[in-house]
Amino acid sequence: MENLLEVNDLHITFHTYAGKVQAVRGVNFEVKKGEAVAIVGESGCGKSVTAKSIMRLLETPPAEYGTGSISFGGKDLIKMSEKEMQKIRGNEISMIFQDPMTSLNPTTKIGSQIMEGILKHNNNISRKDAYERALETLKLVGIPQPEKRMQQYPHEFSGGMRQRAMIAMALACEPKLLIADEPTTALDVTIQAQILELMKDIQRRMDTSIILITHDLGVVAETCERVVVMYAGKVVETGTVEAIFANPQHPYTRGLLKTVPRLDMEKTAPLVPIIGSPPDLLDPPKGCPFYPRCESAMKVCKEHDPELEVVEEGQTAACWLHHPMAKATRVQAPTNV
Amino acid sequence: MVSLKNKSVKEKTVNENSPLVEIKNLKKYFPVGSQSLKAVDGLDLKIYAGETVGLVGESGCGKSTAGRTITRLYEPTEGEVLFQGKNIFDYKPGEMSHIRREIQMIFQDPYASLNPRMKVEELIGEPLAIHGISKGKERRKRVEDLLKLVGLSPEHITRFPHEFSGGQRQRIGIARALALNPKFIVCDEPISALDVSIQAQVVNLLKELQKEMGLTYLFIAHDLSMVKYISDRILVMYLGRMMELSDSDSLTKDPLHPYTQALLSAVPIPDPTIKRERIVLKGDVPSPINPPSGCVFRTRCPKAMEICSSAVPEWKEQKPGHYVACHLYW
Repeated sequence: MENLLEVNDLHITFHTYAGKVQAVRGVNFEVKKGEAVAIVGESGCGKSVTAKSIMRLLETPPAEYGTGSISFGGKDLIKMSEKEMQKIRGNEISMIFQDPMTSLNPTTKIGSQIMEGILKHNNNISRKDAYERALETLKLVGIPQPEKRMQQYPHEFSGGMRQRAMIAMALACEPKLLIADEPTTALDVTIQAQILELMKDIQRRMDTSIILITHDLGVVAETCERVVVMYAGKVVETGTVEAIFANPQHPYTRGLLKTVPRLDMEKTAPLVPIIGSPPDLLDPPKGCPFYPRCESAMKVCKEHDPELEVVEEGQTAACWLHHPMAKATRVQAPTNV
Repeated sequence: MVSLKNKSVKEKTVNENSPLVEIKNLKKYFPVGSQSLKAVDGLDLKIYAGETVGLVGESGCGKSTAGRTITRLYEPTEGEVLFQGKNIFDYKPGEMSHIRREIQMIFQDPYASLNPRMKVEELIGEPLAIHGISKGKERRKRVEDLLKLVGLSPEHITRFPHEFSGGQRQRIGIARALALNPKFIVCDEPISALDVSIQAQVVNLLKELQKEMGLTYLFIAHDLSMVKYISDRILVMYLGRMMELSDSDSLTKDPLHPYTQALLSAVPIPDPTIKRERIVLKGDVPSPINPPSGCVFRTRCPKAMEICSSAVPEWKEQKPGHYVACHLYW
């Protein structure tokens, strides 16, 4: 399958009063056509910044793009002018955000908000046709009584319904890539189940590629095909969901899996927290950023940052444990994570 | 870890006969215009010394209101909360202070619950000051001990909240709740604002403190997997009513109420090899101002019957220690 999106060596810094925050420090990953990729990591690891940079939603300044490229359908999004970007945004790439209340306009009817994108990206469409299409999308995302809902304001919608309306807006122009930034974090589990089901359904029906940003590993396991694990502005591991969950190769990924309790797990198994907290990206460490919290840390980790390398078929990790010299004394990954 | 000896340590073993806290038919309605919002509508629960009861439900089910009413931050519309046999609502406001020493609360948002202008010493020392417990050097020593107890350094005593991370702030919140040696702590979503890798640290701390000081917790949360991990028993609420109560293993392995079943099946499991039939509930939670007649869950229940709209299901002990309110079991 061809790659729809390729992020190569992406660097993003923010200029603040305190200094330069290096939020993204050389991120590489790709998204294939029709594929759902998860980006997981803790707050501050740069996952949202990466997503926003694909949409070019970061304000420059304070943000600054360093080296690297984001290639979408063969074109570099970073080099595009604002005018060219406007043709891509909402048309070929759309985004849904975490909080549906703050990302909808409270003073405009839901119908008009969905129609806005359709009218903007289709020069010759009549208002009537745009209305019909907006209605279709509302039906597609499972909103009952769509005619009535078109005339309502966001405050008349519940949280789950608002998120559905957001998804409808994002899908109105049938984008090739949908970026979902923590789309269910603000929702209850039963509503989360509905929204995730909906996103899977859309992926199948419209062959949309999805980037799902989340910190919930359960959501990842149930909705995505591939996983990108980020830590302190870097990608530390990538692989298929099966590989990542069954055979994690980076100590951070392993730690993340052990730190969350599972509903199907016996209570006797203790939770293993990851000690400490992530490094300050104002002054990122020279070596591996996970070094101070890593249970398998070695001397080399403190001084030299490991590169992302292929460790298994279709799985990459940035860890010195996979260096031939370390492998001689390598600690086997525990199997029952 | 520094040990803070507490007289409740002796009561650590769960005493079946006399509960530490007994909640009887607790109701809390809020006036909304001419109508009333039934946030908590008939809560009956016994909490025994040394145990952790998890309280779960979706947003708007009344779990936080329940927690706040049990600690008398709200006055109830009806019902009693007996703490060691005495109804806490019978005390006059001036007499509440000695109850407040015994019942403490840990709040959800460690960014909003700590005064940004106060130093750690003042924050943790404030309950001691209010209750006139110790002064000067002695109080400072006590604050330092509390900091050590929750895994922070005594040097942190002169810092302000903004100098701490979310997990550390929550530790300060815990230290403050522990300052008066309480017996019973209501934890209102203490970890939902924290990152996954930090959640386990705080939960393990809460568990250790419970073991060491013989604390009793009411743990309010919406994350079922975490609630299962920390709780001995779990109570499921929906629209202000109790749906199901049981020990946590039995509730998660063999849920009886259709709502509990749906709630459990909606929790994503971090294992791609497990494929489950998921019960996806239709629609949203109805408004608590005008809840459905009969069983409040019937509008979303996949197993709803005719009787569900006419009669409120009774609270019934279906199996020993496993209670459920559902017409399926009649």
